[in-house]
Amino acid sequence: MIEMIKVSKWFGLFQVLTDVDLKVAAGEKVVVCGPSGSGKSTLIRLVNRLEEHQSGRVIVDGVELTDDPKKTDAVRREVGMVFQSFNLFPHLTVLENLTLAPVWVKHVSRKEAEETAMHFLARVRIPEQAGKYPSQLSGGQQQRVAIARALCMRPKLMLFDEPTSALDPEMIKEVLDVMVELAREGMTMVVVTHEMGFAKTVADRVVFMDGGRIVEAAPPAEFFGAPKTGRARLFLSQVLGH
Amino acid sequence: MKFAIQWIRENLFAGWVSSAFTLLLIFVLWKTLPPFIDWAFLDAVWKPDSKACRAGEGACWGFIAEKHRFILFGTYPYDLHWRPAVATVLLIGLWIFSAIRLFWKWWLTLVWLSGLTTIGILMWGGILGLPYVENERWGGLILTLLLTTFGLAIAFPLSILLALGRRSDMPVIRGLSVGYIELIRGVPLISLLFMASVMLPLFLPSGVTIDKLLRAQIAMILFAAAYLAEVVRGGLQAIPRGQYDAAHALALPYWRRTYLIILPQALRISVPPLMNTFIAFFKDTSLVLIIGLFDLLSTIKISLNEPAWTGFGIEAYVFASLVYFVFCYAMSRYSRGLEHQR
Repeated sequence: MIEMIKVSKWFGLFQVLTDVDLKVAAGEKVVVCGPSGSGKSTLIRLVNRLEEHQSGRVIVDGVELTDDPKKTDAVRREVGMVFQSFNLFPHLTVLENLTLAPVWVKHVSRKEAEETAMHFLARVRIPEQAGKYPSQLSGGQQQRVAIARALCMRPKLMLFDEPTSALDPEMIKEVLDVMVELAREGMTMVVVTHEMGFAKTVADRVVFMDGGRIVEAAPPAEFFGAPKTGRARLFLSQVLGH
Repeated sequence: MKFAIQWIRENLFAGWVSSAFTLLLIFVLWKTLPPFIDWAFLDAVWKPDSKACRAGEGACWGFIAEKHRFILFGTYPYDLHWRPAVATVLLIGLWIFSAIRLFWKWWLTLVWLSGLTTIGILMWGGILGLPYVENERWGGLILTLLLTTFGLAIAFPLSILLALGRRSDMPVIRGLSVGYIELIRGVPLISLLFMASVMLPLFLPSGVTIDKLLRAQIAMILFAAAYLAEVVRGGLQAIPRGQYDAAHALALPYWRRTYLIILPQALRISVPPLMNTFIAFFKDTSLVLIIGLFDLLSTIKISLNEPAWTGFGIEAYVFASLVYFVFCYAMSRYSRGLEHQR
């Protein structure tokens, strides 16, 4: 589904990613973790070209991302994304947030788009909020709307960029529950998160990044049980140690 | 009563600084208000009689009574004044109608088209048995309102394109937008109007003439667009990057993204400065005086030239201020209402 080959990226003179190789198969769930500034967010933002890589290759669902906007568009139609700060459209109701892209990008009829939207709102357990504006919802509800919005485009792959980092502790679970359910249904997922519990239950593979490189990549049992590198051990002791 | 006393104590005499300012204000009002009331009402002359005015102490509202038709309609043929009067009422009606959110539907365009057509027929005439009046003779309030309406209706969309152009990834479009905005903003409106009225005809091929009113209108549109563009750009810059990320991630193409996500938010943020510029533009229309068009303020100036009425400038400008104030205050209140709506 995703193939990254020797991908590097710089912000000005600062190199954020160095020779990253990563393969994600269809149906696989990959959790990306690592200390802040290690390049995790940049890595997943390359997948739908919210960031552009400067060397190496990024191939998503058989399409190589280049300067060609048509290819970028084709990939973005197949890839859903959930952000740390939700990024719902504040001037639209929940229902309008969900139907906007299906109607204007996929040219689905409004009626069909609304049915799909209500279906996914029910899946994330907030169908009663359809008529409200994002600012009237709690953080956890907003993030679930954001997940539903991405699902309404019927993506083949979902990217999550620290989906619970901006949430109050009591709301983290409601969002993670939705994500676990999504994983059980077989969605291909790449999740940047510090929620190690989620990684243990859901991930097929944990990718540990530090300093713009992938330092370790292993199934969760192996990664949490016997981390190979000192940096991973240090990181784990910091996130699990309290 | 008890409540009133408490209110006065809390709001006017809370602490000695507050008390001092209250007393100062009362003193200033006591010194200025009674003389003003004497001048404006008690001693005022209401009859259109310039001799009585010169003899009296107070304001000479008779001047306004005598000249109001010239002030409101300019050099438009006297017997046909009902036509600009109806046109003025119609245009104001269109504004009020469009201010109501319930009517923001596609057919509002049709309402405007038919309204403006009717106004055009009324003002020009030439058909339906109405005598033809060339637009050189249009003047007064309707001219001010028409210049503002067409000016803003065309300048505003243009300014949005300029603001988007200035933030474009394409260097040519960005360069053109920046060049245009900086060039026009760097020049006073008066010199633009002069250029439009004096220089433009020199560059046109012989035989081609553009009407003076149209030239002034074009100059005002170009000017307003540059200012509004910067206001809109301010709104665009206030949109968080996450909104663009989300729109990109949903594969929304540029114009859809701009129209559906970015502009609705950016324009809402820009309502107060936009209305500020609209109001300034409404008043700037009075500068067309210098190229020989007679808007509301110009007609007042001309009325003062008549020997019988020279020297009554204060009354004339108080009247003009009142008319301008009514329109500007209405715009201001409306924009405050807009800010609080979804």
